[in-house]
Amino acid sequence: MQIFKNIAAIVIIGIGFHSWAQQTPAPTQSETILLQGATIHVGDGTVIENGAIVFENGTIVSVGGPTTIKQGRVIDVTGKHIYPGFIAPVSTLGLGEIDAVRPTLDEDEIGEFIPNIRSLIAYNAESKVVESMRPNGVLLAQIAPQGGAISGTSSIVQLDAWNWEDAAVKVDDGIHIHWPNTFRRGRWWVGEERGWKPNNDYPKDTEAFTRYFANAQAYGKTNSTSENEGFKAMQGLFDGSKRLYLYAQGEKEIIDGVTACKNAGVQQVVLVGGYEAYKIIPFLKQHHVSVIANRVHTTPNSDDDDYDLPYKLPKLLTDGGLLVSLDALGQMERMNTRNLPFYAGQVVGQGMDKEEALKLITSNAAKILGIDDRYGTLEVGKSATLFVCDGDALDMRTNLLSHAFIDGREISLETHQTRLWHRYAKKYGQE
Amino acid sequence: MKKYTLLGLLLFLPLYMAQAQVYFPKNDGVKEENNNYIAFTNATLHITPNQVIPFGTLLVQHGKIVASGKGFSIPANTVIVDLEGKHLYPSFIDCYTAFGVEKPKREGNRGRSPQYDASREGFYWNDHIRPEVKSIEKFKYNSKDAEELRKLGFGVINTHLMDGIARGTGVLVALNDEGGDAIRILEDASGQYFSFEKSVTSNQSYPTSLMGAMALLRQMYYDRDWYAKGTSETKDLSLEALIENRNLPAFFEAGDKGNDVRADGIGNLFNIDYIIVGGGNEYETIENIKQTKARYVIPIDFPEAFDVSDPYFAKYIALEDLREWNQAPQNPKVLSDNGINFALTTFDLKKVSSFSEKLEKAFLYGFDKTKALEALTTIPAQLLNQSNSLGTLEKGKWANFLITSGPIFEKETIVYENWVQGQKYVLNDRNLKDIRGSYTLAAGGKNYEMSLSGEATKPKIEVKMGETEFPSKLTYENNWITFSFTDKDANETYLATAKIAAEETSFSGRLVLPNGLETSFTAIKTDTAKAEEKDSKEGTKAPEILPLTYPNVGYGYRVKPKAQNILFKNATVWTSEAAGILENTDVLVKNGKIEKIGKNLNAGGATVIDATGKHLTAGIIDEHSHIATLTINEAGQNSSAEVKISDVVNPEDINIYRNLAGGVTSIQILHGSANPIGGRSALIKLKWGEDANGLLYKNSPKFIKFALGENVKQSNWQSFDRFPQTRMGVEQVYVNYFNRAKEYDALKKSGKPYRYDEELEVLAEILNGERFISCHSYVQSEINMLMKVAEHFGFKVNTFTHILEGYKVADKMAQHGVGGSTFSDWWAYKYEVNDAIPYNAAIMTREGVTTAINSDDDEMSRRLNQEAAKTIKYGAMSEEEAWKMVTINPAQLLHLDDRVGSVKEGKDADLVLWSDNPLSIYAKAEKTMIDGSFYFDLEVDKAQREAIQKERSKLIQMMLEEKSGDGKKRSPMKKEKINFECETIN
Repeated sequence: MQIFKNIAAIVIIGIGFHSWAQQTPAPTQSETILLQGATIHVGDGTVIENGAIVFENGTIVSVGGPTTIKQGRVIDVTGKHIYPGFIAPVSTLGLGEIDAVRPTLDEDEIGEFIPNIRSLIAYNAESKVVESMRPNGVLLAQIAPQGGAISGTSSIVQLDAWNWEDAAVKVDDGIHIHWPNTFRRGRWWVGEERGWKPNNDYPKDTEAFTRYFANAQAYGKTNSTSENEGFKAMQGLFDGSKRLYLYAQGEKEIIDGVTACKNAGVQQVVLVGGYEAYKIIPFLKQHHVSVIANRVHTTPNSDDDDYDLPYKLPKLLTDGGLLVSLDALGQMERMNTRNLPFYAGQVVGQGMDKEEALKLITSNAAKILGIDDRYGTLEVGKSATLFVCDGDALDMRTNLLSHAFIDGREISLETHQTRLWHRYAKKYGQE
Repeated sequence: MKKYTLLGLLLFLPLYMAQAQVYFPKNDGVKEENNNYIAFTNATLHITPNQVIPFGTLLVQHGKIVASGKGFSIPANTVIVDLEGKHLYPSFIDCYTAFGVEKPKREGNRGRSPQYDASREGFYWNDHIRPEVKSIEKFKYNSKDAEELRKLGFGVINTHLMDGIARGTGVLVALNDEGGDAIRILEDASGQYFSFEKSVTSNQSYPTSLMGAMALLRQMYYDRDWYAKGTSETKDLSLEALIENRNLPAFFEAGDKGNDVRADGIGNLFNIDYIIVGGGNEYETIENIKQTKARYVIPIDFPEAFDVSDPYFAKYIALEDLREWNQAPQNPKVLSDNGINFALTTFDLKKVSSFSEKLEKAFLYGFDKTKALEALTTIPAQLLNQSNSLGTLEKGKWANFLITSGPIFEKETIVYENWVQGQKYVLNDRNLKDIRGSYTLAAGGKNYEMSLSGEATKPKIEVKMGETEFPSKLTYENNWITFSFTDKDANETYLATAKIAAEETSFSGRLVLPNGLETSFTAIKTDTAKAEEKDSKEGTKAPEILPLTYPNVGYGYRVKPKAQNILFKNATVWTSEAAGILENTDVLVKNGKIEKIGKNLNAGGATVIDATGKHLTAGIIDEHSHIATLTINEAGQNSSAEVKISDVVNPEDINIYRNLAGGVTSIQILHGSANPIGGRSALIKLKWGEDANGLLYKNSPKFIKFALGENVKQSNWQSFDRFPQTRMGVEQVYVNYFNRAKEYDALKKSGKPYRYDEELEVLAEILNGERFISCHSYVQSEINMLMKVAEHFGFKVNTFTHILEGYKVADKMAQHGVGGSTFSDWWAYKYEVNDAIPYNAAIMTREGVTTAINSDDDEMSRRLNQEAAKTIKYGAMSEEEAWKMVTINPAQLLHLDDRVGSVKEGKDADLVLWSDNPLSIYAKAEKTMIDGSFYFDLEVDKAQREAIQKERSKLIQMMLEEKSGDGKKRSPMKKEKINFECETIN
C-alpha cells in the first residue's frame, strides 16, 4: 500500500481541476535539483549505489556517490532507483489516437516513394496516448511515418510538450524505408490462392528502390533546375546527416536491402525488425548496421520456430556484437509502447544482464538515433532526462515512478487514466 | 484389317440395337432385334476381387452378364472371343465426381452489406440448403471426359451438382457413349449429397463458419422431422425433398480428417450413416476415423514435392507440410490396415489422368492391390446400393469389364479394352502382334540391324549398320507397321510399310527409296526381345515414411505424455488459497491429482524433482481465449446460440504448445463478438497431443458468449442493415430472444407439439440457470443494461469479459454478483475503450467483484503471469491477489474451481514450475503439467527444436532427390494462419 500512497500523494496535488484536458507541460527548470540516495543506473552498463545526481538548466552537472553539496532543491530518493528516460525508436506515437477511428489516424500517407513526408508536423503533442508513456519511464520517441516503400522522414521528440515544435529534439533525423518481401501473402482479393508464396515481383520491386536512390543521388549532384522535394529529402542520407531506417525481416531481404543502400552511397543504415538478422551477424557488422529489433512480445513467424525466438532475438544480436535497440511496432503499437521497459525485461529472462538490457532502451537507442550527445545515459553534460523509480524499472511489479524529468523539467506523471482511477477510487471510498 | 473391322461390327451392332428403346419408332432403317450372345472364353476371370477363375468364360447378352465362370453351356447363337488367358476384371466405379454437371458460377456480391435473408421463396429459410436440387436436370453427358475415365478403367461413375450444404440428388451413369441417356443413366437419384460448403449461387451470409454449417445441418434435420409430422402451416419444397430422399445413400463431403468426425457426429444425431468423402489425411488420426464406423470415399490427391532448391524459400514451408508429402501416400494402406471400408475416387485430383500414377504411389507405400480392386469395384457398388447390378462379373450384372494382359495393377500390364454395358471401347489393340525383337533388315540392297523394343503396343525402333546409327521412326497400328530411317551422311530417307501376318515371325513389305522408286524389303527375325528390365526410375523403391507425432505438426510428441507420480521437493508454492505462499514446501502428485502438500514429504515411489529456488503454482487459466479453434465467429445472424466452439476445436494449433510454454493449462475458447448472442464456449485443457475430444473438459460447465458495443452493432466494418446498429437495439435483441425462449420453454414443458429449435433450447438453458453467460463488454451503460435485462428474466450474468469500464459500475456488478475478466492494460484501439484504464482490475477487486486477467490474444496469453503482475503496478494489488487473477479467480468464473485453479490437495495436478517468482518479468515456465502429465518441459523443448531441424533437412533432401513424373514441383508456400481475436471473421 506504500506504493499506492506515494502515487496518490502526487496525484492529489494536480487533481484540483476537473478538466479532461491533457497534462500541462512542465515549465523550464528554474532551480538546481539534487536527487540523492538512489541506485543510479547510468545506462551504459554501470551502476552507482547510494548515488546522487545534480542538474541545472536541464543539464546534469554531477553524477556520483554520496554528495554533501546541497544546493537548490534537494529530493531524498533513498532506496530508489534512477534511470535515464527510456527511448522508443520507430514509433507512431502522436500520429494516431484510436486505432479503429480513421479520422484520428495520420501515420500512413498514400504513395510509394514519399521521403519528403514529414512526421513531425502531424505529431500530436497533446495525445492522451503519449502522456500515458511517462508513468512507465518512456520519455523520448522517434516519430516515424509508416507504409509504402519509402514512407517518409521521422523526427525525435520528447514526450512533454505544448506543440510539435516544442517537442522536437532532433528534426528530420531519418528516412524510413520498407524493403519488399521475397515471400508474400496470396492476394485473394485478386483471385490468388490464400497463403504465403514467393513474390515474383521481388526483383522489380527492389529495382524500384535502386532506381529511386540513383535518381536522388544524381539530383543532388547538380544545381537542379526544378525542385523535387522527394529527392531533396534523400540528400541527407548521402552526406550522413540523416540515417536510413531499413525495415526488413528475412535474411535475403536484409542482405539485399543493406547492399542496395550501401551501394547507393547511404552513409548510415539502421535495420528495423530483423527477424532473421541473427543468421547474418558478420555481414551486419561488416556494414556497421545496428538493429532496432522487432517487438519482443510477438509470436514467432513460423510454427516450427523456437517459441521464444522473439524474446531472445535482441540477446542473440547483442551477443554477436551488434548495437541493438527495441521497437514496439505491430498491433496496438502506440498504446503498447509504454511496455517498452518490460520488453527489455523479457530479454533479461533469456539470460541477458539487466544493465545490458537497460542499454537497449537507453544508450543504445540514443546512439542508433544519433542523440547520444544529449540523451541515453546519466553523465555530466547530458540532458537531465531521467526518472526516479521505487524499484527495478524493467519489471512491472516495481516499475513505479515517483519523479520524472525531461531536460530538467519535472513533468507530471498523471494521465487521463490515473485521473479516472482516482475519480472512481474516491467514489467507492477506496482511497 | 478387314477381319478386325468385321468382328468389330458384329460386336457393336447387335448389342447397340438390342438396347434401343423397344417402343420407339425407327425411320432410318428397319427395326430388327439381335438376341445373339457373346462369349469371352479362356479368360482369367476375376469375378470379384477375391474370386478368380482361370480359363473361364463370360457370357454376355443385351449388355448384361448372362453367365460367368465354368460349367455352363454356350448357346449356339454366340459369337466367341478367345481371350487366350487374358484377364477379365469388372470395370471401376467412381462414386464421387462432378461428371457432366457443371458447377454454377459464383453469384456476384451485391451492395456493401451482407445479405441476411434467403433469395428463394417456398424453400428452406437458408439458400445453402438445397435438397430439392436434381442433378439429372443439369446433367449433360460429356464423351470427352468419359473417354478419359474409361482409359483409367472406369465404367460407371456417380455424379452430382457440387454446390451447397445440402445438395439434392445425384446421377449414376455408365460411361457408354452409345445409345443415349435412356440407356446409360442407371439411376437418376443415385444418392443425396451434403457438405460444409455454402452454395455459390447465393450470397446469403449464414453460415459464415464451419460451426454454423454444422448447426444449420442439425436444424435442417430437426425441421425435417417436424415438417414430416405435418404440423407446418407453410410449404417448404426443400424439406419435402429431404423427406422424399431420406432412404437414398447419403454422401457427405467432409474433406479432412477432423471434418470426417464432425460429419459423422451430425449423422449420429439423426441415425444417418453418412458415406464420408474424406480428405486424404485420415492416417493422421486413424483411431478417430475407426471410431466413426463409417464408410468412406477416399481421394488420392497426394501432394507434389515442393521445389526446395532455394533455401530462402524452403524455410517458409512448415514441417507439417513437408511431412504431408512424405506421409500422405500411406493413407489408403493405413485405412485398409485398420479395416475401414472405403472406395477410391478421382475426386480432388487436379488432373484426373494422374489417378493411375497416384494409385501406383499408394502401392509403393504398401497398399494392397486386392483392397484397391475392392475399393474400385465392389465397395463403391455397395455404397451406391448397386451391388445387384454393378461391381463384379456375376450373372445379372451390367457387362462392364476390362480385358487386360495380366494382373490389373502390375506395371507391365496392358489394359486392352474397357467394355461398358456390353459396348466395346478399345484402349490398346488386343490383336496387335508382339513384334518386339531383333531383325536383319534387307532394304535397297543393304543389310541393316533393326531392333524393336519398348512396349508391345507402342514399340520403339532402332536401325543400325555396324556402329552407324540411322535415325528412325515407327508407328504400329492394326497390325500394320510403318517406319522410316535416314542415312545422315547422304541425307536420304527410306520409307517402309508392311502388314504383319499373325503366323509368321518375319515380315516384308513395300519400301520407297530416297529417289522415289518403289521396291520391297524384308525383316528377318534373329532374336526375340528379352523381358524388359524394369524401369529403374526413382520412386520404385519403397520410400522411408517418417513417423507421425501427436499432433502431427512441429513440436508434436512421438509418444503422448503420460501421467506420472511426481514429488516436487522444496519449492516456493503459490497456493492461490488461504494458505498463501508456502516456502520450502513439497507437493506430491499421484494419479493425476495433487495428493499432498507439506514439508519433507515421502516420495513413496514418485519421481522426485528438486524445486529448490523455484516456484510452483497452479496452471494459469485464460478465461478469454481464441486459440485452438478453426473458427471463431458465426457472423451470419445477430444471434448464434445454436453454434458450438466445441464442434471446431483444433488440437493442432501451435498456440496450444506456446501457451503451455507460458504456464497456461486451461482456457475457455469463446465465440467471437460479432453478435449480441454469440455461440457456446469450449472449455479445454491444453493437452498437446490429445485430439479435440481429449482436450475438452468432461462434464464441462456450460457457457455462452454474449457481446455488447461496437462489434455487435457493426460499427467498425461495412455493414449497415443488420439489426442492431445502436446500443438501444442491442437491448431489444436480448429482450426479444429471451421472451421467445421463455415461450418456447413453456410450450415444450406443456407437452404440446413444438418445433425443436436449437438456438432457443440454449437460451432456455440460460433462463433455467443451466448455462452461464460470459459477455464481451466495454462501456458502463451497456453493462448496466444487460444486468437489468438478466434481472428482469430472473437470472444472473456470470462474467463480463473485457469489461473495460467495469470500474465505473463495480458496485452494481458486485451487487448483481457478476465477475469481471479484463485486460491488464489494453486501450486506445477503438472508441469504446477511450476510458479503459489499467487500474480496472484493482478497483473491481476492491469493490468485491471476482476479477480475472484474460488475453483474447495468442501472444498475450503466453505471458498472462506478467499481465497479472501489472495489477501490482496499476492499482497496488498484493502479489497473492495478483496471482489469483490468473488462477483461482478465472477458475471460479468458469465454475471449475473445484477441480483446478489452486494448489490444493485433491485437485487436478495442473501445475507449473517457474524459474523465478511467477509474477516477475524474468520468470520462465520450466515445466507445465496437466493431470499429472508434463505437456511442456524446457529440456524436452530443446530436444524438439533440434529434432525439427533434423527432420526438416531430411525431408528437404528427400524432396531434392525425388524425380517426379514430369519433373515439376510445387512452388514453396506457407499456409495462412489466422490469429483469432474477438473480431475475427473467417
